[in-house]
Amino acid sequence: MMNDVASVKPGGYFMYDSTKKLHAEYIRPDINYLGIPLMQMCNENYSDPRQRQLFKNIIYVGALSALLDIEFNVFEDLLAEQFKGKEKLIPSNIKALNLGIDYVKANFTYPLDIRVERRNLIGDSIMIDGNSACGLGAVYAGATVAAWYPITPSTSVVEAFSSYADEFRTDKITGKRNVAIVQAEDELAAIGMVIGANWNGARSFTATSGPGLSLMNEFLGLAYFAEVPAVLIDVQRTGPSTGMPTRTQQSDILEAAYASHGDTKHILLFPATPKECFDQTVDAFDLAEELQTPVIMLTDLDLGMNDHVSPPFQWDDNREYKRGKVLNAEMLEKMNRFGRYLDVDNDGIAYRTYPGTHPSKGSFFTRGTSRDEYAAYTEDGAAYKRNVDRLIKKWNTAKNMVPPPQLYQEKNQHKYGMFFFGTSQYAAEEAMDLLKEKKIGVDSIRIKAFPFNQTVEDFINSHEKVFVIEQNRDAQMKSLLMIEMGANPEKLISVLNYDGMPITADNIMNQISAHLSSAPKEAVAAI
Amino acid sequence: MTYIRPKFRHPELPKNKLGYSVDYYEGALSTLCAGCGHDSISAAIVKACFEMNIEPHRLAKLSGIGCSSKTPTYFLSNSHGFNSVHGRMPSVATGANLANRDLIYFGVSGDGDTASIGMGQFVHAIRRNLNMVYIVMNNGCYGLTKGQDSATADQGSKNKSGNVNLFESIDLASMAIELGATFVAQSFSGDKTQLLPLLKAAMKHPGFAFINVISPCVTFNNNVGSTKSYDYVREHIDATATVDFVPEMAEITTEYEEGTSKKVKMHDGSYIALSKLAQGWDPLNKLSAMNAIYHARMNSEFLTGLLYVNPDSQDLHHIIQTTDKPLNELTKAEICPGSAALKDINLGLR
Repeated sequence: MMNDVASVKPGGYFMYDSTKKLHAEYIRPDINYLGIPLMQMCNENYSDPRQRQLFKNIIYVGALSALLDIEFNVFEDLLAEQFKGKEKLIPSNIKALNLGIDYVKANFTYPLDIRVERRNLIGDSIMIDGNSACGLGAVYAGATVAAWYPITPSTSVVEAFSSYADEFRTDKITGKRNVAIVQAEDELAAIGMVIGANWNGARSFTATSGPGLSLMNEFLGLAYFAEVPAVLIDVQRTGPSTGMPTRTQQSDILEAAYASHGDTKHILLFPATPKECFDQTVDAFDLAEELQTPVIMLTDLDLGMNDHVSPPFQWDDNREYKRGKVLNAEMLEKMNRFGRYLDVDNDGIAYRTYPGTHPSKGSFFTRGTSRDEYAAYTEDGAAYKRNVDRLIKKWNTAKNMVPPPQLYQEKNQHKYGMFFFGTSQYAAEEAMDLLKEKKIGVDSIRIKAFPFNQTVEDFINSHEKVFVIEQNRDAQMKSLLMIEMGANPEKLISVLNYDGMPITADNIMNQISAHLSSAPKEAVAAI
Repeated sequence: MTYIRPKFRHPELPKNKLGYSVDYYEGALSTLCAGCGHDSISAAIVKACFEMNIEPHRLAKLSGIGCSSKTPTYFLSNSHGFNSVHGRMPSVATGANLANRDLIYFGVSGDGDTASIGMGQFVHAIRRNLNMVYIVMNNGCYGLTKGQDSATADQGSKNKSGNVNLFESIDLASMAIELGATFVAQSFSGDKTQLLPLLKAAMKHPGFAFINVISPCVTFNNNVGSTKSYDYVREHIDATATVDFVPEMAEITTEYEEGTSKKVKMHDGSYIALSKLAQGWDPLNKLSAMNAIYHARMNSEFLTGLLYVNPDSQDLHHIIQTTDKPLNELTKAEICPGSAALKDINLGLR
């Protein structure tokens, strides 16, 4: 509780359960205290021990609603939604809310000078969590096989996929489903199933979090090297190891980018909103199949599990699934000889075919061992080198296929740049406004994917210093910029947050200001 | 040892119903040690697929890592193959099968690949009754890494270096029955007469068909003191029954003495004919199968044949109610809810 008291801004309010007297060490002269005897009120009004415990929170919410002047019918609507099907629980909750409200009315001056006001600024926005948006995106993307292993905070991705599949993929008469969802025995099996299904021409995905991603490394290397599509949604939580499973972070970046032994790299996507979770999930399937490689979407706990206001989902009925270079029976029939790993189009992407397509042409061996252009096993160094060099050519092709970054200005004009991705967007955009108020000019870029394309490189090159905002300790994105683009580490100034809570605009401002104030005077004046 | 296999084939090799001769079912030249039991199993697979008129491209062969997992290269060149990672073939096979239920899935694994690193995936593929043939080429040792004991090596048996295996061995067949496998058989790589009908029946079985084949490692585990050597197995083999597989509509070619024969009908009308040798054993009864296996083990015998079968087996697709059409053939119209549905979803999230 000491931390809670310390976190209140001067002049702010601290609400507490006053059943027992607050110890002197919790008293700060510069903040206001609002004591409500929650435990006592519960004991007086409820006899069931469980209810005595549970309704403390509801009484608190009731008190808050009076203090902040929140419309009561909002709560009634929420309760009706929450207890749909269990309506008998509603009256006791209403009673608890009123206990809180009545206490405030009798004991405090209310409402406070800070209050909540109904606004109508959201337009047609929706409110949903990122995991549900990913699950829905997978339905629209045409995913038919999902394999997963439960892990916080990603569990609700496949659960959402499953419940949307109940609605949209189940024959109402026969009960048969246009989808197969398997809860695997572990993450190794989950990604193995995804690879098997994609190899066989079904769109398949898995969802996991850091520890699961670690387990999936070996298979990701196989999919990269054997060139099998796979979609993996990694809802990042605070690592390393078990870390803080219920807290957020962006700390799987390097793990995901280079998952598996040997020379490997993977396509990454960084959604920032539920709408982007939906859109990028669909993109992920297209990219995985077009590039015949794993695509890892890096969301995080904050985006995945919390409801966010988001632009509404959109779907273009003319959008076709991009299944990539897949040969059907007629195409195979016309060919003299099929070479699974031949770079026919000079873009590094070879043609594949699904098992069972043609009676005598097209069969090949998919393997994690080295092979020649015709998929025959070889330990010939030259053939190996040709193959891995082609994979780099494919990687370069990917640079212009992944979602491009978002630039916040028509033209880069300032000396300083701000670089961010994923859920740091919310705080970074707020920081942009704060910087503007302080008349500090900064250009901004939000990247949505890895590999980085030319726009990212140009952004870094055209600024003297770039603040790289990320939610991990080791500045993993900065490392990636250095490794992949040879960016000069001295011009990349890290703005980090890794305490498990989403980064805030204040935090960004403080770190940027600290850097600016320590920079030479002339330099600051020039920005 | 390198040699070129002659391309010449007798022009009048017999052809099967599809018009293919047996060489159409062969694979690349084996690079395993001469005399390896695995090559005999590969040959039996080739013959079984030829005789069963299998379209090679409608069969997918999958494996993990190890000597056994190399064999899919040595049979069915016209089938797609997937040589995955060590111990993980079951998950890849699961995904592949979910994507297209219409192919035959043929998984090849070894005792290391299954009983050690891949135990978890093996167990769960059984639980799900995945429709596949799962062969373990079981030689009790790690051949590729030069002869370490595997988890199926019998306690007290000696490996080539003379070291005695100190640990209890894992009996895959009884474990598979215990876990709910719906088809469990054992055989010996040197007994093609028995292996062939077992392979045929396994391919017809609608569910997880497990065949544990003792396949001696001529290089690392064929010494005196090994319980997986040719000599030891030949001396200690104990067959439950003679096995014959009779495809649908085919004439019954084998006759059995009254009272000792058993016919197990398969879902498509074909059947397995067994002529019982073991006393008090019934292939439809789990308990008697377990009894027979334990009994044989107590006598240091290796029980072969079809140990247990559940002819009413229903596979994973049936359990999770996937649609009849292979999932990889579904079109956008069948699986994408479209913009109108999304508008409704948006309204529900306002």
